[in-house]
Amino acid sequence: MSDKTAHCRNYNENPCSMCMPMGGILPFKGIGQSMVIIHGSQGCSTYMRRHIAEHFNEPIDVASSSLNEKGTIYGGEENLKQGLDNLIKAYRPRVIGVLTTCLAETIGEDIDRIAAEYRLERGLGRECPIIAVPTPGYGGTHFEGYWLALKKIAGLAGRVPEHSRLNVIIPNLSPADIREIKRILDLMEAEYILLPDFSDTLDRPFERPYKKLPDGGTKLSDITAMGGSRATIQMGTTVDESVSPGRYLEKEFGVPLYNIPVPMGIESTDLFVSLLSRITGHPVPDELARERGRLLDCMIDSHKYNFRGRSVIFGEPELVSAIAATCIENGIFPVVLATGSKTEKMSLLLRPRLAEHHVKCLFLTEADFFTIREQSVRLKANIAIGHSDGRYLTEREGIPLVRAGFPIHDRVGGQRLLSVGYSGTTMFLDRVTNTLLENKYRNYRSSMYRKFYRGDEKDTVR
Amino acid sequence: MQPEKTPDTVFEERKDFILTKGKHKQQLKCDADSLAGCVSQRACVYCGARVVLNPITDAVHLVHGPIGCASYTWDIRGSLSSGPELYRFSFSTDLKEEDIIFGGEKKLARAIDELVGKYHPGLVLVYSTCIVGVIGDDLEAVCRAASRRHGIEVIPVQSSGFIGNKSAGYRAACDALLRIIRPPKGKGLPGSRSINYLGDFNLAGEVWIIKDYLRQMGVDMNVSFTGDSRYETLKGAAGASLNIVQCAGSMIYLANKMEELYGIPFLNVSFLGLEDTAQSLRKIASWFGDGGVAARAEELIERESAGAGKRLEWYRERLQGKKAAVYVGGGFKAISLIKQFREIGIDVVMIGTQTGRKEEYETISELVDEGTVVLDDANPSELEKFMLEKGAHLLVGGVKERPLAYKLGVAFIDHNHDRKHPLSGFVGAVNFAGEVYSTLCSPVWKYVGGGIL
Repeated sequence: MSDKTAHCRNYNENPCSMCMPMGGILPFKGIGQSMVIIHGSQGCSTYMRRHIAEHFNEPIDVASSSLNEKGTIYGGEENLKQGLDNLIKAYRPRVIGVLTTCLAETIGEDIDRIAAEYRLERGLGRECPIIAVPTPGYGGTHFEGYWLALKKIAGLAGRVPEHSRLNVIIPNLSPADIREIKRILDLMEAEYILLPDFSDTLDRPFERPYKKLPDGGTKLSDITAMGGSRATIQMGTTVDESVSPGRYLEKEFGVPLYNIPVPMGIESTDLFVSLLSRITGHPVPDELARERGRLLDCMIDSHKYNFRGRSVIFGEPELVSAIAATCIENGIFPVVLATGSKTEKMSLLLRPRLAEHHVKCLFLTEADFFTIREQSVRLKANIAIGHSDGRYLTEREGIPLVRAGFPIHDRVGGQRLLSVGYSGTTMFLDRVTNTLLENKYRNYRSSMYRKFYRGDEKDTVR
Repeated sequence: MQPEKTPDTVFEERKDFILTKGKHKQQLKCDADSLAGCVSQRACVYCGARVVLNPITDAVHLVHGPIGCASYTWDIRGSLSSGPELYRFSFSTDLKEEDIIFGGEKKLARAIDELVGKYHPGLVLVYSTCIVGVIGDDLEAVCRAASRRHGIEVIPVQSSGFIGNKSAGYRAACDALLRIIRPPKGKGLPGSRSINYLGDFNLAGEVWIIKDYLRQMGVDMNVSFTGDSRYETLKGAAGASLNIVQCAGSMIYLANKMEELYGIPFLNVSFLGLEDTAQSLRKIASWFGDGGVAARAEELIERESAGAGKRLEWYRERLQGKKAAVYVGGGFKAISLIKQFREIGIDVVMIGTQTGRKEEYETISELVDEGTVVLDDANPSELEKFMLEKGAHLLVGGVKERPLAYKLGVAFIDHNHDRKHPLSGFVGAVNFAGEVYSTLCSPVWKYVGGGIL
């Protein structure tokens, strides 16, 4: 079955992706005491704040240069500088991200120059770096925006003496997932620098007094130290080389890069744990081994139920790949794998694993939900896994949706969904298996009745 | 440098947009550009236009721009339809780099052709976004040509984000609506009681509630703008004898224009709260000057408010003395909320809007008690500061404000387009009180004060 992409499509019907600056905001939220300003019209930042706030249930403050007609015609430099002044006054951030929009890029704003000039004019010293990221909405999806911003943040790494810590570069996972990755790193007694780390900043405990900038996040001094780390583990197998922070650190500072999948499912978690063991020289602790045993136990307990699953999985390529790998291990074979991004990597990575099981699967890139829905029905998917925007699969086609990824806006707890590591995978699998079971229990009485019951002899003639 | 508590700044430039009743004499400034960098809660022109037009249920809503604008507005509103569902789809020309360089007109034309072929709509609305305003695509020409090609209505909505704030988007939407409305075929039947209802988006069926009230009074609803509306009915809007306007912020422009063009007078109404609902129904009845209508209105008001009043009384006893903060999109909602809170014994101590108008702020300032803070185009820092200073127990707002309230340990009321329950009419007034009770009197607040030990 050939892959489908949509380069020559004239319109998108129900988008399966968001825009670049939206993705760019997220990694900045995982940098300690950071603030973001979007250089563009007021609506961009408001829409993105609304979307992110709804997923995480956290206040999301993002400033805007509020470009108006005048700024658009004569250049928005003054707006941006005034915006920076104001956000510094109100938030006192230690790092500032400047993200552009369609508007700023098209009118040709040179934000690198403006940022450099601004630092000079205001006499900002070493403290409070300003990181400019060109993220025109038409330049890619939120997935590319996320990684480009992360690469620009990694640009703060310095030439520092070698040390024993590891860089761990995190894709757009839930705060709960990030906490689980940290727990595994701690269990393996690895010393590490996590980039980004929004496990606290986007999932804050209730506490008083309220802080405008939350505690937590990667420290600036740690980012600087990334240039001297012994290795980088990057969970970004579908990330293009041009926006890969791990590749950047390798090229610039010679930090060896291990680019691995998200540790979800038994194979990928094994890979992560064994890699940690190899790099640190530490054995795998009993606790992790027992968690692995429990995952295996869960997989065996559920395997027959899972084998009935024909999955459609959609969202950001990295997460789709991780979920697909987990589903393949468990016989919930995917029939449609879809992403709004333009990428070949997903299919290159997963084809061999699908071939092992003689499974045919359709890969959709630059997909919209019209196509995803159409193909899911055609290929008889009976379970969907992905973010809330796939809800029409349930509403219109009766395919139940297990929510995973970003954004989740029609259910609570997107920030608390745990799906990585041995324990997280176990919880994820239970969610999927139980959804399959729920559907089975809902339907089997009536479907068996329809299929086999032909009435009593006396009322066969009607 | 240790992270310290951030200062609760009110920017010098923002001071004219905030006033405390009784303390300041001057007028509140409003309807100005947002201050860069201060984290305004406002959206953009496109947002305003989309909010107003999206409830037209059988139109193709095509966003000419990059994917984000369509993505963030896809089926996130609670507007209901009595039939067509096309409005729940989000179409975008999904402009890419090459389209920006070479222009997006051809792609737009092809997109319209394909969508018309696929869905056969009578109306296509093409929204322009920031980028379209800059690369100079001639939306008007593309739409005109498409309209001719297909023999349907293809209307551009001039909603480039940078040309103003959300209010400019309301204007753009009204301009699009005016192009749909046909001149009336002669005068309406003498004595006909047919009205248009402007500024209700049928969230959770609110238009249906009001339509039923009017029906009981013997008044027909001709067209509702734009909740649960369709192309064919919108065309006939000029046949009504009266316009009633609820959300004035978005629709007063259309009401004025329809008066000017078609001689249709309008009344301002509000169906939020018992008092406003009853008053509005009476106002409509008395405009028709028909004893029958007035009698039926009184009958309806008496029947409905008896039950609702009793239930509000129950809530009032439990809510009396609590303090509310309000931060909503427009002035009409803010004004109604002050009265509605009063009905259940709650005082408003802080109140603001994103795009309130001068007249609306005057009314607000008259209605509120001494000491209440009134603010225009606020930001999270100001909301936090004044909620805490004024000791608010409750905030009314939208999705962005909700987590701020919760983090501050303050109860919250969703008064936005996403909600799934009606707040209009007598039933809505009771729902509102019920929601206030559910958030203010939840047991969870008992635990926020202390620690484990």
